Amino acid sequence: MPLIDDLRKGSRLALSRVLTKVENASPAGQAALDELFPYTGKAHKIGITGPPGSGKSTLVNTIARELRLSEPTARVAIIAVDPTSPFTGGAILGDRVRMQALQNDPMVFIRSMASRGALGGLATSTQALSQVFDAAGYEYILIETVGAGQSEVDIVNLAHTTVVVDIPGLGDDIQSIKAGILEIADILAVNKADHPGADQSARYLRSMIEMGHRPSSSQYGKHTLREWKENQETEPEMEADSSWLPPVVKTIATDGTGIAELVNQVKNHRAWLKETGNWEEKDAFILREVVKKMVIASLVNKFETEVPPEEIERILNEVIKRIVSPSKATEQLLAYNRNSTNSQLSE
Amino acid sequence: MTEKKIRVLIAKPGLDGHDRGAKVVARAMRDDGMEVIYSGLRQTPEMISEAALQEDVDVVGLSILSGAHNALVPQIIKKVRDNGQTNVVIFLGGIIPEDDIQGLLDAGIFKVYGPGTDTRLVCKEIREAVQAAAMAD
Repeated sequence: MPLIDDLRKGSRLALSRVLTKVENASPAGQAALDELFPYTGKAHKIGITGPPGSGKSTLVNTIARELRLSEPTARVAIIAVDPTSPFTGGAILGDRVRMQALQNDPMVFIRSMASRGALGGLATSTQALSQVFDAAGYEYILIETVGAGQSEVDIVNLAHTTVVVDIPGLGDDIQSIKAGILEIADILAVNKADHPGADQSARYLRSMIEMGHRPSSSQYGKHTLREWKENQETEPEMEADSSWLPPVVKTIATDGTGIAELVNQVKNHRAWLKETGNWEEKDAFILREVVKKMVIASLVNKFETEVPPEEIERILNEVIKRIVSPSKATEQLLAYNRNSTNSQLSE
Repeated sequence: MTEKKIRVLIAKPGLDGHDRGAKVVARAMRDDGMEVIYSGLRQTPEMISEAALQEDVDVVGLSILSGAHNALVPQIIKKVRDNGQTNVVIFLGGIIPEDDIQGLLDAGIFKVYGPGTDTRLVCKEIREAVQAAAMAD
């Protein structure tokens, strides 16, 4: 595909056009992804998530700037997802407003995406878009999710490093030990740290993290027999195989306070992933998820094209009349599907 | 396959800080089912053409109330076209004197929508223009 050659040569127009085709899940987009796949697997994908108005876009802006300052040859891509209206299908994508400082930097490429009905904080094709940037040679890909509540955690299926942005005053220590978004953090940023309550929020988050992790001896002294033994034999190796303790960083995105430390922690996390072999593991996990999602999507698609709507309607009516239970109805519908698939295969 | 969404960049070039009109149009286009990227205030022609390129938009809407339209608009059109986005529909809103409109149309502006324009008309005409541009592609 000539468009792909241009993309690989660094054409930003070609990149942009490929992104559109991929986002629209057109056959040309799928073909482009297939062609680009061998070139993927190098970029560091960093997810930024958190509640609406917590300052994700501003933080992404300053993180990108810090990455560019600390590594002048690195290219940074940003994928910013905003919600699609469930009523009209339209969307206002306003994340660029916070990223003005990056707009004149030719090494930065910002792409806004509408969620197009997907739940979970990302759009269906966000993963695919990140692959395109990866193949285009972008070293860092920052992915900003839709403003997330407690369970929009799809970003972990995509990012190597997940930064969860919290702000002061959102809740007490019970909120912080609930399952969900805080659990997925590799790094926690308490943004708007100039607002009252920032220290307390950071404290809650730290104690949540410490509750969930076995303390390492370097931080808390020799608490357990296992660590005591390990310590006696191989003191220096303790650090290397210790698990990752998510750091809590206080930031003020609007004036840059704490951003250098946040970016340092992102790089520390990357180094830790690489040292421990978790990088490959994460990559394998991400690709597994990609294939799994595609299989499910094509099964649904197959189902919808193969089972005639009248058949679905007939069985649904039996459910509505309470003749057949929903689970039996599902069995019947799937059986229909399997039969028709089999007959196709035997041809 | 999902239906092809129309992507729009609404931008405010120049130094005036009045973006109510831009936001009204952005909102109307959103409600018409389009994906609208809003750039924020005080954009240079480079920033606008760059954003249009990165977002691969079908439409660029400019809002100018400062009187600098004759200077800014031709620059923006040239930069967008130079980037290879030859089919992008570029329209203008804001406070534009009658006498200037023909010159701006000649420079390549699709339409100039002044205050009081029915936003439904804007959406309808832009939709048609995008379809026509896609045919020509």
